[in-house]
Amino acid sequence: MYAIVVGGGKVGFNLSREMLRRGHEVTLIESSRTRYVTVERELEHSVQYGDGTELWVLERAGVERADLVVAVTGDDEDNMLVSQVAKDKYGCEHIIARVNNPRNYSHFKLLGIQPVVSATDLILRLIEHEVPRYGLVHLLALEDEALQIIEVEVSASAPLLGRPLADISMPDGSLFISVLRNGAGFVPRADTVLESGDRVLAVIEPGREAEIMSMLAPDISQAPA
Amino acid sequence: MFVLIVGAGRVGAAVAKYALASGHEVSVMDEDPLSHERLDAGQATTWEEAGGRFTVGTALELDALREAGIEHTDLFIASTDGDNTNLIIAQIAQRQFGVRKVIARVMDPARAAWYREQGLHTISPAQEAIEMFKEALHEHAQAL
Repeated sequence: MYAIVVGGGKVGFNLSREMLRRGHEVTLIESSRTRYVTVERELEHSVQYGDGTELWVLERAGVERADLVVAVTGDDEDNMLVSQVAKDKYGCEHIIARVNNPRNYSHFKLLGIQPVVSATDLILRLIEHEVPRYGLVHLLALEDEALQIIEVEVSASAPLLGRPLADISMPDGSLFISVLRNGAGFVPRADTVLESGDRVLAVIEPGREAEIMSMLAPDISQAPA
Repeated sequence: MFVLIVGAGRVGAAVAKYALASGHEVSVMDEDPLSHERLDAGQATTWEEAGGRFTVGTALELDALREAGIEHTDLFIASTDGDNTNLIIAQIAQRQFGVRKVIARVMDPARAAWYREQGLHTISPAQEAIEMFKEALHEHAQAL
C-alpha cells in the first residue's frame, strides 16, 4: 500500500515509522524546515520537505497513485483542505483526517471528510467508558452504514431480567452482539438470560438509544445529546 | 445588501470601508481585536459611528459567525491571511448557511483555479500580480 502522510509532528512521524515497519510505502510531507531535518535523520527518503496543502507538493509526492492520504497536521483547516483535494481532485479512495479541535468535527462532516480522528474525543470516550455517567456509552459510530455500537449496563430494574433473550422482542434496528459478565465476554444466544450488572454491547441504528435504555436500564437518565 | 467580511487585513479592511461608503450594511470579523484600528484609520468617525459592525472571533466558530450576522448575509468575503482558512470558511458559508454569494481570497493560483472549477468564486492576488508583470514585460519589450 502507498500512503501519503501530511504533517510530521508526533502523530505523523510515529505513524509513518510504524507503517514503514509494517512494509508499506510511505511519503511523509513536513512543512517546517527544522522539523524536516529532524525527521529526515530517521525516515530518510520517505520524508519530503514542503507544504502539503500545495497541489504541486502533493503531486510531487505521487498523490495520484496513493491508496491512502492521512492529514494529521496541527491545523484543522489544513487537514480539511488536504483531505478535500486528495479525495475530490485526485480521486484518492481512502482518507483519514485528524481533528484537533472537536468543535470542528461538523466542518469535516459538512465537506464529506471521513473518517476523522480526534485525540480529545478518544480520551473523552475512554473517560465515559471508565466512569460511565449516563449508563450508555457510544463505542463506535459507523457513519456511512448509519449504525453505532453502544455499551449499556443492565440495571436491577431492567424488565428483561430472568427471561431468555428468545422471549424478548428487540426493537427494530437493534441487536445484542456481546455480553460482558464477571470480566469475561460471550456472544449471547437465544437461551441467554441477562443479569443485573451485565454490560451489553449492542449494534443499533442512531436514535434507538431510548428504546434500548428502557429495556436494559429504565431507571437511568439518558445522556443529553 | 448585507456584507460579511472575515479577515480585516489590508484587503479586508479596505473592501469593508468601500462597501460601507457605498451604502451597504457591513459586518467585519477578525480574531485580532487590534485589526479594528485598520477600519478606523483615515476616517473622520469610528467604524461603529459610521454604521459598521465588528466581531472578534475565529472563522471556524459558528457562534461567532452567527453573531457577525452570517444568517442574513448576502455577500460573504473570506479575506484572512490563510488560503486554506478562506477556502474552508467560504464553503461553510455556502453549504451550511446558504449564503448566495461567496468570494474567497486565495493567494496560491493553483488552489484558486481548482476551487474556481468547483464553483467557488476565488480571487488570487498572486495571479493578478503575475498577469500585470507579464503585461509590463510585453509593453517594455515592445518599447525597446
